[in-house]
Amino acid sequence: MLKDMELALQRTGLQTAETNPVKKSRLKPWMLIIPPALFFLIFLIWPLLQIFALSFTDAQGAFAAGSYVKFFGSDVYLKVIATTFRVSLVVTLSCLILGYPVAYAMTVCSKKISCLLMIAVMIPFWTSLLVRTYAWMILLQTDGVVNSILKSLGLIHQPLALLHNEVGIYIGMTHILLPYMILSLYPVMKGIDRNMILASRTLGAGKAHTFFRIFVPLSMPGVSCGAIIVFVSSIGYYITPSLLGGTKNMMISQEIQVQINRLMNWPFASAISVILLIFTYVILFFSKKVMKVEKLW
Amino acid sequence: MLWLFTILVLLFLVLPVLIIIPMSFSASRYLQFPPPGFSTQWYQAFFSDPQWVGALQVSIELAVAATVISLILGTFAAIGISRSEFKGKSAVTEAFMMPMLVPGIIIGVAVYRFEAGLSLSGNFSGLLIAHILMAVPFVIRTVLASMAGLNPNYELASRSLGANSLITFLRVTVPIIKPALFSGAMFAFATSFDEIVVSQFICGVNVTTLPKKIWDGLNQQLDPTITAIAAIVIVLITLAMILSNAKTLFGREPKNQIQEELLEEE
Repeated sequence: MLKDMELALQRTGLQTAETNPVKKSRLKPWMLIIPPALFFLIFLIWPLLQIFALSFTDAQGAFAAGSYVKFFGSDVYLKVIATTFRVSLVVTLSCLILGYPVAYAMTVCSKKISCLLMIAVMIPFWTSLLVRTYAWMILLQTDGVVNSILKSLGLIHQPLALLHNEVGIYIGMTHILLPYMILSLYPVMKGIDRNMILASRTLGAGKAHTFFRIFVPLSMPGVSCGAIIVFVSSIGYYITPSLLGGTKNMMISQEIQVQINRLMNWPFASAISVILLIFTYVILFFSKKVMKVEKLW
Repeated sequence: MLWLFTILVLLFLVLPVLIIIPMSFSASRYLQFPPPGFSTQWYQAFFSDPQWVGALQVSIELAVAATVISLILGTFAAIGISRSEFKGKSAVTEAFMMPMLVPGIIIGVAVYRFEAGLSLSGNFSGLLIAHILMAVPFVIRTVLASMAGLNPNYELASRSLGANSLITFLRVTVPIIKPALFSGAMFAFATSFDEIVVSQFICGVNVTTLPKKIWDGLNQQLDPTITAIAAIVIVLITLAMILSNAKTLFGREPKNQIQEELLEEE
């Protein structure tokens, strides 16, 4: 395919050079989309359609909507959805609370300091998700670093249960998704016209007043963008909740994995996948239409 | 207050990552902090185990191949999208972005089921296909952003001066979008090297990637061998970060607006 395209390129190129230099080439730009589009059609869209079809079958392969009825009719699975949304919400809020002041600090300091802060954000960003989850497993275990520090400070007498419960998921996922929040907030804050702040100050508004009435509203595009990125990533998270969470707080992705690897229930796993896919796109649609988030990533 | 909070948050971000480095030199058989003594036992354990070294090799080969192919496919898609108008263009763009937005587990389930039917699952090409899918959106995103800032008149000028479309692409377009191609390649490499959610379905007995090996290790017990390879990767990333920002970090601090512009022109 690639070779054909290159050949075509060369052939048309030769012709145009010989005849008329500005003559339109036969190779149109849209044709470049064909190879990647074919790749995606075969290896992504078609497999996804198969999963969609599979979700409407029963164990014998006949048409049935039983998987969906089972999912929405059972407390077990509704609890999984509740956990997923609760975790995503808590993680999004904690990323916002931790990230907003950091992004703000990066916009008000000197170039060198802000570059140093950016490196501190980028090191975890580029570090493997597995390695970071692993680090938290070491830190949070019963005789781990966090518990020994808290104990030596005299803050606790009994070690806290931080691993294999929802607290562990909150800490790990906030750590992993926080750089995305900061990287969404920073460019928006950096782009805020300083004259607006100056104007507000010269018109007599106090520092706090200016910050909350001028700076915060102007930074909202970054807030909604970062919140959507963190939330949408969270609802599909799999690795971190599997390793840091317990069996009592499974998220949707883990349920899909259990259905396939342990129970071999493909129709049901497909139905949950379709439901998770719909959740994801409903949130993305909402962010575009209601929150007016133009470009997400 | 703001600075104290910022420093605490950044310590929260960086310390858990950096703590791996002293742990990797621990003389203890177990993961304890602070490490009781210095030893390179985990590095020896890693590099003398053919399974670990093999997984590392597969991961590197896979990441290089996935980067090259996704860079080509992604650049084709990005140029096609930015240089043409057709019905359903935004839908096509959305479809290309899917692997970045859709939860990895869904892609894993779909690709695994499809590849198992073609006996692609469990071998290198099956993994490569999945990794290309995951990496292409990152290339498209960076190249698309760069193409938006590229004046089409440069290409028109080259064409009207007699260069064909291939020459124009290689000598005019590529040099201008080179930074985007580079960062797209970085993202593609990192995505493939770190990919686990889709790979854990597709990896077989014969072909295992480094993340899959780590994942298996984590699910059984906390194997300290992982700290050795993790520490190497972290040190490399930190060095790359500092080197790529060396100019801003160690360069002259501009004293005023004019000097700043002059420095930027250099």
